[in-house]
Amino acid sequence: MEGILEFIYVNAETTFGIILSIFLGIEVISHVPAVLHTPLMSGANAMSGVVIIGAIIVLGHADSTFNIIMGFLAVFLGTLNVVGGFVVTDRMLEMFKKKPKKD
Amino acid sequence: MDKLIEFSKNVQFTLGDSVLEIIYLVASILFIVGLKMLSHPESAKRGNLYAAAGMIIAIIGTLVLHKQDGERIKNFEFIFGALAFGLVVGWIIARKVKMTKMPELVSFFNGMGGAVATIIAIMEFPNIDKELLEVHGMLNFEALVIFLSLVIGSVSFTGSLVAFGKLDGLVKDIRSKVLRYINIVLLLSITGFVAYLMTRGNINPSDLMPYVFVLLGVSLIYGVLFVMPIGGADMPVVISLLNSFTGLTAAMGGFLYNNLAMLTGGILVGSAGMILTILMCKAMNRSLFSVIVGAFGGGGVAIESEQGLIKEISETDLAILLSYSRKVVVIPGYGLAVAQAQFLAHELEELLNDKGVEVKFAIHPVAGRMPGHMNVLLAEADVSYEKLVESDKANEDMDNVDVAVVIGANDVVNPAAEEDPSSPIYGMPIVRALKAKNVIVLKRGMGKGYAAIENNLFYHEKTRMLFGNAKDTLQRVIKEVDNI
Repeated sequence: MEGILEFIYVNAETTFGIILSIFLGIEVISHVPAVLHTPLMSGANAMSGVVIIGAIIVLGHADSTFNIIMGFLAVFLGTLNVVGGFVVTDRMLEMFKKKPKKD
Repeated sequence: MDKLIEFSKNVQFTLGDSVLEIIYLVASILFIVGLKMLSHPESAKRGNLYAAAGMIIAIIGTLVLHKQDGERIKNFEFIFGALAFGLVVGWIIARKVKMTKMPELVSFFNGMGGAVATIIAIMEFPNIDKELLEVHGMLNFEALVIFLSLVIGSVSFTGSLVAFGKLDGLVKDIRSKVLRYINIVLLLSITGFVAYLMTRGNINPSDLMPYVFVLLGVSLIYGVLFVMPIGGADMPVVISLLNSFTGLTAAMGGFLYNNLAMLTGGILVGSAGMILTILMCKAMNRSLFSVIVGAFGGGGVAIESEQGLIKEISETDLAILLSYSRKVVVIPGYGLAVAQAQFLAHELEELLNDKGVEVKFAIHPVAGRMPGHMNVLLAEADVSYEKLVESDKANEDMDNVDVAVVIGANDVVNPAAEEDPSSPIYGMPIVRALKAKNVIVLKRGMGKGYAAIENNLFYHEKTRMLFGNAKDTLQRVIKEVDNI
C-alpha cells in the first residue's frame, strides 16, 4: 500500500495527466451521432495500437533468442493492430465522402 | 537561481531525450485532435489520418531516440522485419475483407493489441526494479501495473477472438446459469491470485514465473468465458468494451516505460471507449451490467404467442404496390448486408424516385451488426446521406408511409420489444414498421433473428412476406418496377 502511495507521490505529474486524459476522452466523445459509432470504435482501436511502442522497446532491448522471438511477435501483432485499424477506419469513412450529384 | 543551476546539473539532460518527449507530446495532441475530428462526419476521415500520423511519428521517434538505461534501441533488423511483415499483412487483410465483415475485423485487430500488452507484461515481469523490490517487496506499483496489463490484455485478446468468431457465426452462444457462476469464480480467483503474488515480499520475480503463467492461463480462459454467454446482438457493445480494455493496457505500458504517448493514447482510448460503450448501450436501451451478465435469453419463458397465417406476395404485386405509393420506407437489416443487396436497394430507390415515389431508409441504431454499420454499407452503394433517417425520426412519420419494406431485418422491427415484457428484447427501441399502411418483409425463410426469438410482425394482417435471398428477390422486383 505504502509503495503505491509513494508511487503516486513521485509520479504526481503522470497522475495528473491521467486524470485529465480521462476527462478529455469522455468530453471528446460525448456527442457522437450513432452513424459514427462504428468508425469511431475502429479509430480508437487503431489508436490503442500505440502499445506497439512498448513492443518496440521490448524487442529493441532483447538479448536472448526467446526474448527476440517474443518481441518480434509483439511488434508484428502490434503493427497488425495499428495498420489494420487505421486502414479499416479509412475504408469505412471513405463512404462518408460527399458524393458528386449525378443526374 | 543557484538552486536551478544545481538542479540542471543533476538532471542528465540530452537533446535526444527532450526531442523524444516533444515528439510524444505532438503525437498525443494528434491523437486527441484526431479523436475529436473522428466524432464529426465531415472531419472524420481527416481525423483518422491525423491519428495515424501521430502513431507514425511516435514509432519513428521511439526507433531513433529511445534510450533505456542509456542504451539505444538495437535489433533493428528484427524490428523492421516485424514492422514490414505486419504492415503488409495488416494492409492486405484490411483492404481485402468485405464491408459486411468490418465488425469482425475491428474485433480481430483489437485482439492483437491485447496480445501485445500480454506479451509485454510477461517480458517485463522479470525486470521489475530491484530497488523497488528491496523496499516494498512485490507490493509495488510496477508489479501491479504489470499484473493488470497481463490480465486485462489476455482477457481482451481471447475475448475479442471469441467476439470475432461469434460475429462470423463460427462460435455459438452458450447461455447457462452455471457459466455465470464459473465466471464469477474465475474473476475472484484472478483477483485473489494477483493479491497472493503481490504479497510475496522481496522475492526474485523470475522465481514467480510459473505462477505468472498460471495467471496468464486463467485470464485467457476468463476472456473466452466472459464473452461466451453474451448475446449476439450485444456483440458491438462487447467489442467496444474490449477495445476500451486494450486502451487501458496501453496506458499501463505507458506507466511501465514512463512513456507519454502510450499513456495519453491509452487513457484516451480507455475512457472514450468506455463512453462509446455506454452510448451504444443507451441506443439499445440496455444497461452495461445487463449486457455483461448476459440477460439475453436469461429467463427463457418467452410465451409462444398466437401466431396467424403467413401471407406471401409476388414480385409483380410488390412492384405494383411500390410504384403506386407515395411514400416508401426501407428498413434494412443484416440480411441485406449478407446478401450484398445494398447496391440493388439503391437501384430500386432511384427507380422509384424517377416515378415520383419518395423513398427513405430507416436505420435502426443496431441494424446490421454494429451501430452505423448499415449507414456505411448504404453509403458504399451511393445512397445519399439525406435519405438515411434514424429510427426515431422514421417512427414519427411512419403513419404517412404507404409501404414499409423490411429487407433482412428481424429483431429491430419486432413489436415484442414494445408489447411483451417477457421478451428478452423488451425495452429495445424498434422501427415501428406496423404503423405503415403495408408491411412487406423480404426474408430468406422463416428463421429467427439474431436474438433467436419469434417475431409477430410476420404474422400480422398488414404484413406480406417475400421469401428468398434479398439480392435475387430485389433483382426481380427491380425488373418488374422497370416494366411498369
